[in-house]
Amino acid sequence: MAGLKAYPTLLRIGFAEAIAYRAELLVWMLTTTMPLVSMALWSSAAAGQRLGPEQMGQAELVGYFTLTLLVRLITSSWVLWQLTEEIRSGTLAQRLLRPIHPLVSYTAEQLAALPLRGAIVLPLALGLLYFFARGQITSDPWLWLCFVLALPGAWAINFLSMALIGLLAFYVDSTLGLFYAWIGVYTLMSGYMVPMSLMPAWMAKLAALLPFRYMLETPVRMLLGWPLVGGAKDTLTGRAEAFWSLGIEYGYVVVLLVGVALLWRAGLRRYAAFGG
Amino acid sequence: MPDGRGKYRRLIGIQLRISLLTAMQYRWDFLAQGLMQLLWMALSVMPLYIAYKARAVAQGSSLTATDIGGWGFYPATMVFATFYLLKAALDGAINPSLIGVVDHIRKGTLDFVLLKPADAQFLVSTAKFELWHVIDGLAAAVLVGVASQRFSHSGAPVGAFSASAILASLLLLLCGALLLYAVWLLVVCAAFYVVRIDNLSYLFTSVFDFARWPRGVFRGALHVVFTYVLPLVVMTSFPVDALLGRLRPQEALWALVLTGLLLLLSRWTFRRALANYTSASS
Repeated sequence: MAGLKAYPTLLRIGFAEAIAYRAELLVWMLTTTMPLVSMALWSSAAAGQRLGPEQMGQAELVGYFTLTLLVRLITSSWVLWQLTEEIRSGTLAQRLLRPIHPLVSYTAEQLAALPLRGAIVLPLALGLLYFFARGQITSDPWLWLCFVLALPGAWAINFLSMALIGLLAFYVDSTLGLFYAWIGVYTLMSGYMVPMSLMPAWMAKLAALLPFRYMLETPVRMLLGWPLVGGAKDTLTGRAEAFWSLGIEYGYVVVLLVGVALLWRAGLRRYAAFGG
Repeated sequence: MPDGRGKYRRLIGIQLRISLLTAMQYRWDFLAQGLMQLLWMALSVMPLYIAYKARAVAQGSSLTATDIGGWGFYPATMVFATFYLLKAALDGAINPSLIGVVDHIRKGTLDFVLLKPADAQFLVSTAKFELWHVIDGLAAAVLVGVASQRFSHSGAPVGAFSASAILASLLLLLCGALLLYAVWLLVVCAAFYVVRIDNLSYLFTSVFDFARWPRGVFRGALHVVFTYVLPLVVMTSFPVDALLGRLRPQEALWALVLTGLLLLLSRWTFRRALANYTSASS
């Protein structure tokens, strides 16, 4: 398949682009301040107290939001802006001419930036983990494995949900409004600003059902050794819960993949490029 | 052509009218954007409420009796609302115009602005207003009012909400807006030296997010930084402290001095940047 053979080349191009726009990439990553904003509030809220059913103290919350920052930095993507802009301006037509699926070429661009992102995130990650969350990380190798396996899934849910919303640009002029609504729900339901165990009961129930937690809180909890919301640390039931949530996570990936594929076919049929 | 102040008053009137016309042209967008802002505000006040609730449960006390970093729930809500009030000013009046400067510089069209017979900083600072932020600005003001009213019924300290306190608070709020403008102008000046800074605006907005919590939340070095280096605490916590009659005089003085200094510094930097500006087109 021509597409598959071209993939390494696409990755190389993407990597070169990431290097060329390195300052931009760095600034983009620095804009992820929300976990630190949340950390400021929550570590003050836990001063001298232990919160929620998990008895989270300052150390636990600082560890939690440190990992939130890291997972967010590793798994985020910008395909939505790219996709809507290319559909609107008509430059998508050029991609369609190539013998490789445009969505596949997008993944190449996003994945190629990962080494550079990693090079920026890793020292930060190790520093933060060492200074703020040393005692919080689990020593269970199975949970570590689950965490590592959960990251690609989190990235995929992020990418595919963005692509799904972006593809709506085939039908409506601006999808950004919809996307901001999605992000709004995400910040509340993914554990980005409030850990699930500290949410009011109705909200925690809702968050457990929605896919957002698998993009953030689920991997974070695995590494904290705390997969079971409301449970104790480093337990066997926790490990079982981690396997179980991995299954659900990849279930969501499959569902989104099917959704994107269907919407792509339907949308492309009615797409008339605006020049380009 | 009228001179001096009259000219600038007329100019700002014209700019506002054009922005209003644009807003009326896309009136559904206007409403949708406004509603979206309200939704965002409602969503982002949730963590504050949840955090106070969680602490109150842990302490076995009530929502209004507990405190985080020395701040009760209602004062913290007032800071949060002040943050949204300033954010509305930032997104509605400051940000759109100054983003335009970056575009002008990149395309070389800043020359046309410089040719006009008015102050360049004034022209670029008032070029565009996004008027739907009036909606969330009003909502934020209402939230300040409601939280103040609740707080005054649940044992506000002596001296809070007196006429002089309200006056001082309004003055400090104005300082906050001016500080925001000055810092923003400094950020924009970077566009003269490095070409791509459209994402610097995102960076600034995300750092500004720290201003949503009361200053008791920030301890140690962070508190010092947010008071003296990047004055986020001065912008949102000082006005509320003033309204509650507990801002120390030297702090109020610092806010005034800092505002003056930063306004001068940003103006000076802007002029310097203009002087060094070699147009992209010619």
